[in-house]
Amino acid sequence: MNLLEKLDASAAARKALLPDGVGAFGIPIEEVYSATEARIGDRRVLLLGTNNYLGLTFAPECIRAAHEAIDKEGTGTTGSRMANGSYFGHRSLEREFADFYQCDSAIVFTTGYQANLGTISGLVGPGDTVLIDGDSHASIYDGCVLSGADIIRFKHNDMVDMEKRLRRLGNRVETTLIIAEGIYSMLGDQAPLTDIVKLKKAYGCILLLDEAHSLGVLGETGQGLVETTGLLKEVDFITGTFSKSLCSIGGFCVSNHPQLEQLRYVSHPYIFTASPSPATIASTRAALELLRKGSHLRKQLWQNCTQLYTRLKEGGYLLGPHPGPVIAAIVDTPRQALLLWQNLLEHNIYVNLILPPAAPEGKSLVRCSVNAAHTPEQIKYVGDTFCKLHSLLCTAS
Amino acid sequence: MSESNYDEIMKLLCDRLSGLSNSSIQITPETNIISQLSIDSIKLLNLIMEIEDTFDVSIPINALTDVQTVRELADLVYKIKSAS
Ligand SMILES: Cc1ncc(COP(=O)(O)O)c(C=O)c1O
Repeated sequence: MNLLEKLDASAAARKALLPDGVGAFGIPIEEVYSATEARIGDRRVLLLGTNNYLGLTFAPECIRAAHEAIDKEGTGTTGSRMANGSYFGHRSLEREFADFYQCDSAIVFTTGYQANLGTISGLVGPGDTVLIDGDSHASIYDGCVLSGADIIRFKHNDMVDMEKRLRRLGNRVETTLIIAEGIYSMLGDQAPLTDIVKLKKAYGCILLLDEAHSLGVLGETGQGLVETTGLLKEVDFITGTFSKSLCSIGGFCVSNHPQLEQLRYVSHPYIFTASPSPATIASTRAALELLRKGSHLRKQLWQNCTQLYTRLKEGGYLLGPHPGPVIAAIVDTPRQALLLWQNLLEHNIYVNLILPPAAPEGKSLVRCSVNAAHTPEQIKYVGDTFCKLHSLLCTAS
Repeated sequence: MSESNYDEIMKLLCDRLSGLSNSSIQITPETNIISQLSIDSIKLLNLIMEIEDTFDVSIPINALTDVQTVRELADLVYKIKSAS
């Protein structure tokens, strides 16, 4: 098979799962009206498949800051952080992240994906080991591959399994990086951080926690799982993204280890890419301020999460173990998921469709993400519609 | 490790792979795991965890980049087990 034929074969496999014309992936959004509504085709839909957890995409403070930055500094930096791309805003945002996490250092990356790539490949290399959760995000896998370190997976959130694998590593634990996530994006469940920290200390490893989905969502000030567990000081490196609760694009890593600074000189995903645009940095700075003071937003978010989780559970749906902003209905087959997804769209509700192998354990997911800007009426409509459509699962298998 | 251990690894792999595959083809050492058995990457990664537990070894998943056939997988497991 030549290169193009290989792509044809993978396209055929994709189309067998999802026929052409079913626009579940890369659906065209024609107009965005607010943090909760948009137009898809000629439908005005409720958005329940975004990562806009605090609902800040149209926050006037962020929009104003972005406008001002464009006027003052132009549309792009046209250069790497290493060269001409470290403006006052980039450096300020790093100081603000360090302050937010009460840490010595922070690095801003161009995306959250690159924050994981750059941090992981900067911390470990060939001969070292990464011990990662089996359900890790692709940016973690890709960072591990880029690093050249040996990659060992443990069963998702299973601490007995993790310890077994640590024990097998013998004295290689000394050069082992453990990686977990605050909230996992598929089922919305949280890492057992207290147990992970116990094991990392017992075996003398370094721990990286990706708070991509938990930043702004968990904790009084929104630091994430490190705040709800009180384990901020025990986690060696925290990465995260601006693309979810902070409503822009970019990523970060914070740490109390002074060695973090060395990543600026060795990490290709930091060096060989242009820095975020001035507008992006400015809106992120404004959003971080709103996030820190946003306990009222978190309260509303969690009310919405609990309302939808409870309703779907009552309606007979199998869900992930914890209520949270990511609420996934777990179904057995891609056909069931697709049918449910299509019917929700016909009822003007946009959610995410996740098919194997992206979904865990060969299942398929119809995944909602809830945000603080959804009204209780909107959440009620979504819950009721899901429940009305539950019988579809029996008609498809 | 002896010859019989290699055979044991091979037999275990063939059994487990036939359980995971939807294809009805007869599995031989030369069978290509991904293209002929249509085993997706996650199933293969989960199988690796199972093999790690069966033989009490660490098998880094990056070592799988050199593995296409059942024989190559058996060779990898054998090599790691022998060195452990
Ligand atoms: C757990 C996790 N880490 C990292 C990322 C990457 O973030 P970004 O969208 O900023 O590249 C994502 C987002 O998809 C994610 O879910």
